[in-house]
Amino acid sequence: MIKHESIETNAGLLIILTLIVVSIGGLVEIVPLFYIDDTIEEVEGVRPYTALELRGRDIYQREGCYLCHSQMIRPFRDELLRYGHYSLAAESQYDHPFQWGSKRTGPDLARVGKKFSNEWHVAHLVNPRDVVPQSIMPNYPWLLGTDLDYSDVQDRMRALKATGVPYSETQEEYDTNATEFGLEVADQLDILRAEENLMQQALAGNYDGQRSRITEMDALVAYLQVLGTMVDFSKYDEGYFAEFR
Amino acid sequence: MAQTGIGGIQQYNYDIIKKFAIMTLVWGLLGMTAGVYIASELAWPFLNFDIPEITFGRLRPVHTTLVIFGFGGSALFATSYYVVQRTCQTRLYSDWMAGFTFWGWQAAVALGAMSYMFGYTQAREYAEFEWPIDLIILVTWVVYFTLYIQTVRRRSQPHIYVANWFYIAFILVIALLHIFNNLAVPVGLFSLKSYSLFSGVQDAMTQWWYGHNAVGFFLTAAFLGMMYYFVPKQAGRPVYSYRLSIVHFWSLAFLYMWVGAHHLHWTALPDWTSTLAATFSIMLLLPSWGGMINGIMTLSGAWDKLRTDPIMLFLITSLSFYGMSTFEGPLMSLKSVNALSHYTDWTVGHVHSGALGWVAMVSFGSFYHMVPRLYETRMYSTRLIYLHFWLATVGIVLYITSMWVAGIVQGLMLRSFDDYGNLSYTFVESVAFLHKPYVWRALGGLFFVSGVAVMAYNMFMTIRRSRVEAAELEARIAAKMARA
Repeated sequence: MIKHESIETNAGLLIILTLIVVSIGGLVEIVPLFYIDDTIEEVEGVRPYTALELRGRDIYQREGCYLCHSQMIRPFRDELLRYGHYSLAAESQYDHPFQWGSKRTGPDLARVGKKFSNEWHVAHLVNPRDVVPQSIMPNYPWLLGTDLDYSDVQDRMRALKATGVPYSETQEEYDTNATEFGLEVADQLDILRAEENLMQQALAGNYDGQRSRITEMDALVAYLQVLGTMVDFSKYDEGYFAEFR
Repeated sequence: MAQTGIGGIQQYNYDIIKKFAIMTLVWGLLGMTAGVYIASELAWPFLNFDIPEITFGRLRPVHTTLVIFGFGGSALFATSYYVVQRTCQTRLYSDWMAGFTFWGWQAAVALGAMSYMFGYTQAREYAEFEWPIDLIILVTWVVYFTLYIQTVRRRSQPHIYVANWFYIAFILVIALLHIFNNLAVPVGLFSLKSYSLFSGVQDAMTQWWYGHNAVGFFLTAAFLGMMYYFVPKQAGRPVYSYRLSIVHFWSLAFLYMWVGAHHLHWTALPDWTSTLAATFSIMLLLPSWGGMINGIMTLSGAWDKLRTDPIMLFLITSLSFYGMSTFEGPLMSLKSVNALSHYTDWTVGHVHSGALGWVAMVSFGSFYHMVPRLYETRMYSTRLIYLHFWLATVGIVLYITSMWVAGIVQGLMLRSFDDYGNLSYTFVESVAFLHKPYVWRALGGLFFVSGVAVMAYNMFMTIRRSRVEAAELEARIAAKMARA
């Protein structure tokens, strides 16, 4: 057996042994997550964000929403009653970065989509205490007054594409998306039509209640309204998702 | 400078340590004040004032970055440069490299804090720096590593002292974590925005592998390095057990890297991963307490110092808090406990019992030992050290007890059902309950930061007096020379 003294007197050996010792845990726990198939559930409906939702998600991150709101429902009875079905890994598979959060100063938002009207969200974001008197959330009035900057939305989608999100640029990629997600979604994932799609969704959705302009509020509310709505849980047997845990 | 004139060419590079020491206090004051402010925003939301830059969500990363990387980081640079020079009995390998690490690090911290206020963030907790700042940190860190190792290699002792093992492990692991957790694709060469390379479950695992080991190596291993030098020095006794320091170094380094996933209990992360993490978290209690015992028992036979030496008081109290929070940590990593504690303020309280009780207290104690030696003088006021100690201790106790109350009660409220099986409370009812604990927490923070202000004043007066003393000495020598 080597004496510890030989490590203490040799900086190179100390460095190499330390590197070996600290690498094992991460390798064992992280690497398999990329290769074990059951890690991400097989489920229909989960798609990448549209251009408008993506910009909304950027704003969600900019304002640090993740510091008070989780997006990860745990498999407990109280959370089921309060928020809905527990979150699947599949539901955040296009989230770069993940927004599971670590603290609930406010409620979980993983399934907040479609639970409140757009008007409620706008009122709540402008002044939370108007609709929830005991709330301690900050006001976000500037979202309603700031036009959404979507000049670089194509670049943003390209960056995400580089990480593996299936946004399309070529006809071939578009066709793959059409098979995978259907034509309607494939159109939304087309990078070259991003601005056009974004404007259309904002105008059709009229998330911020102002038809004349596209604001940051439009984007953020569009994002909030899609959270947790992609998977139709009525399609799956009870217990199906437990197989993946 | 006057001192340099008297001492001639210094044996050690103390200038760089002085710079980092001063910035430690500057960032400490700023970061903890930001902490008190965001704590107050939670108690009194009008304090957000509808100003985007100071809303809670943007200011919270400013607080964490300034205290962890600004305060903690600068304290680690300062003490590691002090310890490596003293224990290797050699001057730092290169003065320009030391200066480079100073400016690189300060630039990263300052730019990071400003960028969050303007809305640029990676949205990964404790790794919010956007990619250009990540690159500044990377370059700075490579220089730091090279400088540290080259200095160790120039040592005039055959043995590398135990404190340096911990500092070296810290430098290596932070490099590893920083690189892998910040892999991202920038939107453009001139865009500050980037998207992380991984997504969803793999991203979560990578982030908490980073997040918990930032605690394990930045806020623990490195500060243990500090402890292994300053506790024996201040006590005037050798480390309690050499064998224990070997065992606890290797087991700490090995076990810590497994435990990050206990931040992801009951999530979409597969159960095998988080169960493994919980298992290792419990095992981690042993090396953690090994370190604590090694530090505290160093004082055996000299316990009376606690009555007469406020610096010892800081160091031993910090080890006690270290022991307490490394007991609380494994407890909270149990799945059943975590089901209640996760997402609540219990976690926040736990972090602060480590960050204030252990990290900050051991730094204060070490600084009260080190700074007078850097300036070749004594501390300006011992009574102010006592005052600081009590302000800090009262502050921590207020902080963690209020967060226990907040976290445990909120956790219980949210899982409570009435006789019909319905939820007893809405979410916002639990928020309303939090008001009082939040006020007490902010008060605790105020106590703690007041203590740091007292320390800063004490340090300022110490440095000023050392300049006066040096000038007087010079005048006396000059007078003697003139007479001769």
